[in-house]
Amino acid sequence: MTYTQLAITAVALVILFDLFGIKTKLVTRKAYWTSYAIILFFQLISNWWLTSRGILTYDEDVIIGWRIASAPAEDIFFGFAMVTLTMSLWIFWGRRGVQRN
Amino acid sequence: MLAFVVFGSFWLEIFLKVGVLRRVRRVVLSILPTAVIFLIWDYYAVISGHWWFDEEQVVGIFGPKGIPLEEFLFFIVVPLASLLTIEAVRSRRPRWQFGDER
Repeated sequence: MTYTQLAITAVALVILFDLFGIKTKLVTRKAYWTSYAIILFFQLISNWWLTSRGILTYDEDVIIGWRIASAPAEDIFFGFAMVTLTMSLWIFWGRRGVQRN
Repeated sequence: MLAFVVFGSFWLEIFLKVGVLRRVRRVVLSILPTAVIFLIWDYYAVISGHWWFDEEQVVGIFGPKGIPLEEFLFFIVVPLASLLTIEAVRSRRPRWQFGDER
């Protein structure tokens, strides 16, 4: 699979997991989207740093070619899936009573 | 870049007293599954040639398939920063619901 296909699949799976798997439903909450907006801002700076300096390079054949802050658009999906899954699990464990405070 | 993320988010622990870093068990239970899944993806991407790292710009400690130490740390530091972020938002906006309130 290309990076584009993997990135879209990951986002879809994480949203389904959040909504119907562990039912944390973060993607329906203002609190979550506010947090995500803050994370996205810092992700763009980090991505720009890593890609514009050539620390990280992508094969042009596996990405769609749209660039955001010098990094492939797919990175936004990768980052979204990774942080959303983490936050969803965090809320899930909190709901189960694991180290609530 | 990792230092930037660490400095950009870990002050929340101290100044907003979000108490994420002391909730070790909950942090591990949230980050470990995520890190494993995304490391598998990263490993697949590296062996398939989707992306690669400049060996001149990393500290020089490598895991399997030349994945640099920084990349492993990335899958811990970035998820940790995301948890600090949601707890910081919670501390500033106590009325907003995250779904784990009593």
